[in-house]
Amino acid sequence: MYNQSLDKGPLKDDGRDQDEDRRIEFEHNVLAGYTVEPKDWMPEGYRKTLIRQMSQHAHSEVIGMLPEGDWILRAPTLKRKAILLAKVQDEGGHGLYLYSATETLGVSRDLLYEDLLHGRAKYSSIFNYPTLSWADVGVIGWLVDGAAIMNQIPLTQCSYGPYARAMVRICKEESFHQRQGFELLNEMMNGSEKQKEMVQNSVNRWWWPTVMMFGPEDKDSVHSKESRTWGIKRVTNDELRQNFIDVTVPQAEILGVDLPDPDIRWNEERGHYDFGEVDWTEFWRVVSGHGPCNRDRIEAKRKAWEEGVWVREAIMAHALNEKVVDRHG
Amino acid sequence: MGNDSSNKEVEIPLYEVFIRSANGLEHRHVGSLHAADAEMAIMNARDVYVRRNEGVSIWVVPSACITASDPSSKEMLFGPSRDKIYRHPTFYNLPEGVRNI
Amino acid sequence: MTIAREETYDAHLLSFVLRLADSALIASQRMAEWCGVAPMLEEDIALSNVALDLLGQSRHLFTYASDLEGGSRSEDDFAFLRDPHEYLNYIIAELPNGDFAQSCTKSFLFSSFAKTVWSSLLDANDSRLRDIAAKSLKETNYHVEHFSSWFIRLGDGTDTSRQKILEGLDYVWPYTNEFFDDDSILISLEGVLKMKTNTLWTKWIEGVTNVFASARIDLPSTPDFICSGKYGIHSEHLGHILAEMQYLQRAYPGGRW
Ligand SMILES: [Fe+2]
Ligand SMILES: [Fe+2]
Repeated sequence: MYNQSLDKGPLKDDGRDQDEDRRIEFEHNVLAGYTVEPKDWMPEGYRKTLIRQMSQHAHSEVIGMLPEGDWILRAPTLKRKAILLAKVQDEGGHGLYLYSATETLGVSRDLLYEDLLHGRAKYSSIFNYPTLSWADVGVIGWLVDGAAIMNQIPLTQCSYGPYARAMVRICKEESFHQRQGFELLNEMMNGSEKQKEMVQNSVNRWWWPTVMMFGPEDKDSVHSKESRTWGIKRVTNDELRQNFIDVTVPQAEILGVDLPDPDIRWNEERGHYDFGEVDWTEFWRVVSGHGPCNRDRIEAKRKAWEEGVWVREAIMAHALNEKVVDRHG
Repeated sequence: MGNDSSNKEVEIPLYEVFIRSANGLEHRHVGSLHAADAEMAIMNARDVYVRRNEGVSIWVVPSACITASDPSSKEMLFGPSRDKIYRHPTFYNLPEGVRNI
Repeated sequence: MTIAREETYDAHLLSFVLRLADSALIASQRMAEWCGVAPMLEEDIALSNVALDLLGQSRHLFTYASDLEGGSRSEDDFAFLRDPHEYLNYIIAELPNGDFAQSCTKSFLFSSFAKTVWSSLLDANDSRLRDIAAKSLKETNYHVEHFSSWFIRLGDGTDTSRQKILEGLDYVWPYTNEFFDDDSILISLEGVLKMKTNTLWTKWIEGVTNVFASARIDLPSTPDFICSGKYGIHSEHLGHILAEMQYLQRAYPGGRW
């Protein structure tokens, strides 16, 4: 998910491609459904767009471990604890698959990660909101993973082989994430009044940030056009957002929660739900680092990374010791 | 440990991971991961790539040890076999009624 | 007379099962603290796996404990509605993680012990325990492998990592005393469990000694330390763990989750 087409990435497309013929042929091939593999020739812009998008996606997965991870220790039942732990673990795995796919483009994970830790890289705005109650765990599964799945399914058809394959694997694993969230909320909605309030409060807080997850509107989205030509992103932000709202509104009815948007109503003519205006000012503030949790998230990861330096140095030293022993022993 | 300590850090090597999903099938490339040595790579592969019964055997190979063919030699390497259609059974016409060939 | 003896037997078996269940649960809770902040992404995933294994073990054991009691309490009642003095885990499970070296050292010593216990229970005169042991042993073998390899890598890594392992060991080692000091419950259950603390010790120390040798670290001497979580007398850490873990169940009694 989490590829919100954020253009202020760490890697800017600075050079123009020299080889116009190759580029035209490349775009022609991609349009014809040809899959690009790591060593194939590719326009520099394509490579950079992929690195930016894939690493943002990877960062989002690992940052996404934090808000939900905060509830593992407080999960209300052992069953829920196991589910949540397995889910957060999966998100770490997704980050790993995506970094690994990005590394096929000739960048190292450490460098990408350093960009994240030093605020040079973006990640999905959604994880900069706090998880304030147990219901948030359910709402994240239902809405946030729901939105993620919607965004990720088309990416399994992406023109870059390693990205597409990582997405296939990720989509398979995602399938339980959304369901567990919905089930959790449904259970709470059959509980006490207090529990129902908890769910409604959580939906109120997460609804709009989730709608923003699909990124800016198509008219304001800088990368949409070339991403489409290159087969990186085949469905636009607005199309995804509309799909998401169309499938989610009936689910909310079944659950018995209100979505905090008075403008949501079925439009017979369009065959879609209409919905209200997104507060794009808030979106850009969060994306630029001013969301409620941006600083906490980065700080948590930066601290963990720095505290891990001596560990990583030690295992490299040990591996070297072993090699020396092998040679002489 | 200052802020820049990570700059002098040596990057932990990348390993490619191959999984045999069941006996009778070949190992298939599933992705990569970082590990200090092969032993650690096997362990990490077990945790990262085999969490849902995906396999019965793991191979790990340092990514640096893989030599890949150059896509620009594609024509030279793979082109010549394209017109040797007589290597394929569909090249041959047999009279109606012939069985078990 | 007979009835009284059976009652003690049941109470002791329940205590023993809860001791294993609580140790697994609290160790899992501590392990889960690493999720998202481990030294490398691969390790986030590995430690979550260990935490999940331990959590699964505790759930099987709570289910058995519940059956022993006649089903009056669920696994969640055991986990979320008991106070610290009713918890019977070994204290080592509740120790703070500290840095990664301390965490690995603790988990290496604890999982090695768990391994000897599960192996021994394969011969118990109790089919439920045998089944749980057989399943848990497979998982625990991997935990031992994982944490002993970290203990060796860090012990035999850089000067810094070695120093940190030694400090972690210094802090954690005395708590292993509790694995083997006198144990009225094991004695009274000997006919069923066929488990003796001195046999456990022999097996445990043998495995541990090999790993220490590979890490080029001297085995510490057996300490005099007093430590009896298995009788419900804990360190001050457990109260905090439970306050966090039990918060929802305590704040919203009878809720649906
Ligand atoms: Fe994910
Ligand atoms: Fe997910």
